[in-house]
Amino acid sequence: MKKRDREELLPLLEKMWIIRAFEEKVSELYAKKEILGLIHLGIGQEAVAVGICSLLHQDDYVFSGHRAHGHAIAKGADLGRLMAELAGRSTGYCRGKGGSMHIVAMDAGFVAATGIVGGTIPLALGAALVCKEKKKRQLAVVFFGDGAGQTGAFHESLNIASLWKLPVIFVCENNGYAEFTPLSAHTVVSRLADHARTYSMPNVTVDGNDLLAVLDAAREAVQRARSGEGATFIECLTYRLRGHYEGDPGKYRELSEVAEWKAKDPIARFSEMLKQKRMASEKQIREAEIEARARVEKAVDFALSSPWPEADEVTKQVFA
Amino acid sequence: MRELAYYEAKFEALGEIMAADERVHLIGGTFLSLSTRRAIYQELVKKYPGRAVSPPISELSFCGLATGAAMAGLRPIVDLSTGSFIFEAWPQVANEAANALYMSAGQTRVPVVFHIFHGIRGGGAAQHSHSPQAMFWNCPGLEIVLPSSPRDVKGLLKTAVASDNPTIFVDHVQLLEVRGEVPENDKPIPFGQADVKRKGSDVTVIATSLEVQKSLGAAERLAEEGIQVEVVDPRTVVPLDFQTLLASVEKTGRVVIVDQCHRSCGIAAELAARIAEEGFDKLKAPLRRVTTPDVPIPFSPPLEEFVTPSESRIIDAVRAVLR
Amino acid sequence: MAEKSYLEAIRDGLSEEMARDPSVYVLGEDVAVGGPFGVTKGLSQEFGENRIINTPISEGTVMGLAVGAALLGFRPVVEIMFMDFITLAMDQLVNHAAKLHYMSGGQLRVPLTIRVQGGVLANWGAHHSQSLEAWLLHVPGLKVVVPSNPTDAKGLLKAAIRDDNPVLFVEHRGLYFARGEVPEGDQVIPIGEASVLRSGSDVTIVALSKMVAPALGAADELSSEGISAEVIDPRSLCPLDLDTVAASVKKSGRLIIAHEAVKTAGVGAEIAAQIQEAVIHYLDGPILRVGAPFAPVPYSAALERKFLRGKGDIVTAARKLMGRA
Repeated sequence: MKKRDREELLPLLEKMWIIRAFEEKVSELYAKKEILGLIHLGIGQEAVAVGICSLLHQDDYVFSGHRAHGHAIAKGADLGRLMAELAGRSTGYCRGKGGSMHIVAMDAGFVAATGIVGGTIPLALGAALVCKEKKKRQLAVVFFGDGAGQTGAFHESLNIASLWKLPVIFVCENNGYAEFTPLSAHTVVSRLADHARTYSMPNVTVDGNDLLAVLDAAREAVQRARSGEGATFIECLTYRLRGHYEGDPGKYRELSEVAEWKAKDPIARFSEMLKQKRMASEKQIREAEIEARARVEKAVDFALSSPWPEADEVTKQVFA
Repeated sequence: MRELAYYEAKFEALGEIMAADERVHLIGGTFLSLSTRRAIYQELVKKYPGRAVSPPISELSFCGLATGAAMAGLRPIVDLSTGSFIFEAWPQVANEAANALYMSAGQTRVPVVFHIFHGIRGGGAAQHSHSPQAMFWNCPGLEIVLPSSPRDVKGLLKTAVASDNPTIFVDHVQLLEVRGEVPENDKPIPFGQADVKRKGSDVTVIATSLEVQKSLGAAERLAEEGIQVEVVDPRTVVPLDFQTLLASVEKTGRVVIVDQCHRSCGIAAELAARIAEEGFDKLKAPLRRVTTPDVPIPFSPPLEEFVTPSESRIIDAVRAVLR
Repeated sequence: MAEKSYLEAIRDGLSEEMARDPSVYVLGEDVAVGGPFGVTKGLSQEFGENRIINTPISEGTVMGLAVGAALLGFRPVVEIMFMDFITLAMDQLVNHAAKLHYMSGGQLRVPLTIRVQGGVLANWGAHHSQSLEAWLLHVPGLKVVVPSNPTDAKGLLKAAIRDDNPVLFVEHRGLYFARGEVPEGDQVIPIGEASVLRSGSDVTIVALSKMVAPALGAADELSSEGISAEVIDPRSLCPLDLDTVAASVKKSGRLIIAHEAVKTAGVGAEIAAQIQEAVIHYLDGPILRVGAPFAPVPYSAALERKFLRGKGDIVTAARKLMGRA
């Protein structure tokens, strides 16, 4: 483990707390029907989002899937505009036309998150191709779950990324479940990083709930991409503490398993580590949470007081 | 006669189908949708281990697998869940399953059923709200079935499985709670048999799937104003019982077609064109189409409502053809 | 002016756009060596292998890759070798290319051109002969153009590449060696403008792509019977220039729509539906559609001939409408 100082790490705790607070608030609003549609929360997976995105620049490109709020926030999306989008308001990033499953926050370099499993992986390759041609040391990152590992797009993309040496980082959030089924019922391959090996792509499997481990893996991958050495596959073992979507009772998971992973909560672990290494005081750690929740409250106020879109918005922006 | 909810009739059908023919396999598990009713479906899975499987997220592969299995003697019913996901499997459905009988001059049969939930479901947004059935109509070789009532879903599902042709079974999650009469010992409903769901003499409303229910609602409201609407449900678009549709057109001369597909080249487009071709002399007014406009489905609830074909829009269209 | 084949005109269009705009990239299977017909021949030497990119057989991912690149500064021209193979790219086309601009509330643009070659050529059977433009017309967010001659091919390709939206550029492989006079210089044909190829007053014939020539041939034959036919080539299916067709129908009162694709649920259905909505009171008779029967494309030459519609079918339809069947 490299030596790091508190200036670098404490903000990462705040970032994780913002994601946690945001997701918890979304759950609350969903229960009150202030947010409708299909919602997929990333509670418990914050370290992956923050660990990867904290090393990226604004002009690096991030893609994700249906469980993308955390990735967008970690990449720098505005909380108010994000919440407004979930609430279907005209002030949302996508003017109410995208919703939770289709987050786009271009000003933050969060290019596209969509709801077809594996669908954005090829998009990231395209972004990486542009980065390669522009020669400005930019790169692309795509987040996806273990379920995407069985799609055609996943395999085709690993092949092309390695063949063309694209500056792309594949980040697999392996939380052990593709929708309602355990990974073992979807594939005989238990470590998705093994797929990268088939294509001679550098790959690593890390404890996705250990922010420092994610940071280490990300650092190497980012360096590789920026220096023109091509793609990396980072598999992060993690767990979603909620159901696949809000409203999913999650009966397919043992309570003991959920409890086991709760005990490995990334935020709690990181806080503990900061305290132990005297990189943050008890007070600072508490303040990180308080501050995060305050910022999310502001975002909610903004969202819920924003106007609904008008009827003429329906036919706008079909074509540019 | 007993009354059942649509999902009960569908579940009953599945049970009877599985019991009657051991070649029937179920691939995928959301035939009764993703809701708590999924637990009811699990009863079938428990009863027929090995004949009810849940595949990984590999639509292209498992639709191809089902097509191949059908060629080799099984009768699979593949559940793609949300209709939007069938795009992943398009080559297997449109190029393999659809063409096999023809290209082999009848040597290869493909008795597979592809099951989808189509349409606007409430908050699904652009990638979970497709109605792809019109595109399949332009693809010869596929039967296309759209039940709209509990009795229809039971009768049509049985025929779909018994059919030796690849069938697209187009269902809608918002039909699942609709209640209706289902006789005991009901018979399978043949394809190519439209159903006049409500008789009337002023205007013909042709509708499919969920839009049949909305059209019946609209017809009720219009009856209070003395406008008698005939609601005709083709039930299957391939094969199409055009004669029944034409007979209604000849009776009323005024036609509204309701369809949840996008307007351009939707189901309503082909029906309108065909009526304009073969029933031209009987028309007293232009045909009106009530469809989803040519826009991706927006997320925000009020925007989604604006694009969804509704009872009010059907009523407006009926009034327009009466002018 | 110079006499060019449809294929040469497309190549010229690609070459001129690539010279004009360094963000134009070409991707597809075998494009670096010219492709099955040689459309992209020589471009790799002219512009470098990094701009004419050979891809593996992964249509879905290549389409997605092209979309991703389009989001971030390229103007990719993706080639799908046979229109039949567009099935493999449906999800990326329908769920991403067509929708990202809308779903993002305008933040994203997809300036992507998708070149496909469709249609029957020579007994290649059901998987290498299809015309599938109706599927694409049904997807909001995709523009669709169907050039029928070299000048339109070049001009529409330029328009497609310069358009900030995804455009399906539907070539017909049976037209590749058709020749025509093509104006020199940077001639761009706007998307959404039909072309009246022949004026007439008794019957309107709307014909697409490879059906244009038979339609013009039918008009000749009909004129010798005293029937004056107006032939319109829509050139674009989305956006569709309905006004030009409607104006013609108001004049003639009779409409025939001809396309090579299967008639049922083809683009003719949509045009017919829109015309009867707009101008049914001007119609003296039904709208007739000439399209392929409801069957896959058969392999045998004898069957393929019977599958395809031609000049004779258009003439028969016109006579029927004129009451002289």
